[in-house]
Amino acid sequence: MPSLSHYLVLSAILFSIGTAGVFVRRNLITILLSIEIMLNAVNLSFVAFGRALGTADGQIIVFFVMTVAAAEAAVGLAIVIGLFRHRESLNPDMFTSLKW
Amino acid sequence: MLSPLFIGQIVLTLFVFVMLLSSAAGMVYMERKVAALMQQRLGPYRVGPRGLLQPLADIIKLMFKEELRPKAADALLFALSPMIAATCAFAAFAVVPFGGDVTVFGLIPEGIRLQVADVNVAILIVFAIGSMSVYGIVLAGWSSNSKYSLLGGLRSSAQMISYELSYGLSLASVLVVGNSLSLTEIVNAQGGTWLGFIPKWFVFLQPVGFFVYMTAGIAETNRAPFDFPEAEQELVAGYHTEYSSMTFAMFFMAEYINMVTVSAVATDLFLGGWHGPFLPESWGWIWFLLKVFAILFFYVWMRWTLPRYRYDQLMRFGWKVLLPIAVINLLVTAAGVLYFGL
Amino acid sequence: MVAFALVMISFYLLGSVAVIASILVIAQRNPIYSVLLLIASFGALSGLYVLLDAPFAAAIQIIVYAGAIMVLFLFVVMLLNAPHEDTEHDLRVHPLMRVGPMGFGVVLSLVLVAELVVALSAGREPGSFSGGSTSSVAAIGRALFTEYQFAFEVTSILILVAMVGAVVLAKKESR
Repeated sequence: MPSLSHYLVLSAILFSIGTAGVFVRRNLITILLSIEIMLNAVNLSFVAFGRALGTADGQIIVFFVMTVAAAEAAVGLAIVIGLFRHRESLNPDMFTSLKW
Repeated sequence: MLSPLFIGQIVLTLFVFVMLLSSAAGMVYMERKVAALMQQRLGPYRVGPRGLLQPLADIIKLMFKEELRPKAADALLFALSPMIAATCAFAAFAVVPFGGDVTVFGLIPEGIRLQVADVNVAILIVFAIGSMSVYGIVLAGWSSNSKYSLLGGLRSSAQMISYELSYGLSLASVLVVGNSLSLTEIVNAQGGTWLGFIPKWFVFLQPVGFFVYMTAGIAETNRAPFDFPEAEQELVAGYHTEYSSMTFAMFFMAEYINMVTVSAVATDLFLGGWHGPFLPESWGWIWFLLKVFAILFFYVWMRWTLPRYRYDQLMRFGWKVLLPIAVINLLVTAAGVLYFGL
Repeated sequence: MVAFALVMISFYLLGSVAVIASILVIAQRNPIYSVLLLIASFGALSGLYVLLDAPFAAAIQIIVYAGAIMVLFLFVVMLLNAPHEDTEHDLRVHPLMRVGPMGFGVVLSLVLVAELVVALSAGREPGSFSGGSTSSVAAIGRALFTEYQFAFEVTSILILVAMVGAVVLAKKESR
């Protein structure tokens, strides 16, 4: 039976992959995808801990995290669309100055 | 380990797979024959007696056609999309029960339920796999790299995700009445009769829910009158314009199997599944087949009777008419269950 | 015994699919492939939730994440149609192959591994799962509407705000 530690290590690996994606990639959409990877890693931790404690709270928190992730993805992508319309580029380095 | 039950379950899985394949073939024949008779012509009548071997001829023709791939198409996605569409269509049927406990003439003493996987959350699984089938279509449209395919693919997937909301809400209303997410328990709650002759089907408790479910189901499977994205006259053939031979057959088959799954789930949720008069439980699958066949006939009837919705009318209907009806239905259902203490 | 082996095999299989798919997500140049690989990773995570006796979380992971959020990402990628990163430096040197960030990343991951080893071998129980109750969906629903009711209502307002915000932000300016 995989113990709690197994799931926590897997969650840590996924979280670090997500963080690496946010730091290294220069494409706005890939950065948003890496944020989703991080959120999923955290979800896995929550469900694992919920199971270890024998309560349903893990799944409930996951429910809320998913809803917030959906809202954040929607607004984030709307912002990306707006940015793309201005500069025709998805590279965050093109948006470093504060004026258009 | 190789108990009769285990072998029975393996055989059941294979049987369901083969049954879905042959139901797709049967649907081809039924659609063409019923369409023809409704339009006062004969339909297929040459191949075999009364044209019954027409699906076989169609399959052989499709197998021998040349497989084409446009040069600018994304090869990986072009090959992947029919697989996704077909896989999701087959997988959704895995949690649908189609009969009561059956002992195959006493070979399996403890009785095997006619359901590939008995899951507690079967309704959620059907919904989840249904929402995955959007990918087959949108990727097919995108990877073909042609304007008709792209337009058809985007429109079709936008339509599917819009009608998923009403679909899910009608499922939620049945959940409130049936008190369980498991399809088997919902069917078992519909056994028995009121007053001795009216069966306890949920369609009598949830008529609006049934209407919403069937409409959303027709829109989900891209069938007329909601089939604008793949209409022959408007968009060449929509998202499967560039596909030929077996890949086209996979899309074709996926559409028919989706129809069968929607009809099977509708039968389980609203029409009492395999319960019916005069037959003992273990022969209930006959009733199930009859009910599913009735709903499939209704599908074909709708296609050849109603004119097609234009795309903006279709989206307006889904968001501004069907979704409020589904929400109000859920509210009224929940209030009713609370008041009557069902 | 067979069940134990099956569970361990499934865990390692699903875990490796999730990790490999996530690595490929951040390594791919084409955003459409990234989105599809992320869907595969979500599928593997959904399987892991099933192993953790959480069928509700597994189902809503597929319905919400893989079936809705990723469709949104896919639509936006198709709408913007900007498949490649722009600068020439990106085209010559793959983003994951640069010395500076990769070195820093290696140092950070070593720190993470060290912390994990320290935390997990702190002498207490390895945290095996109690044979406790699996939670039914009815129990989750009940808890959502009693203990977590405030969060539930606030989340619905949050989604409404996000919907309005997304529509307003993405609208074309009418000249």
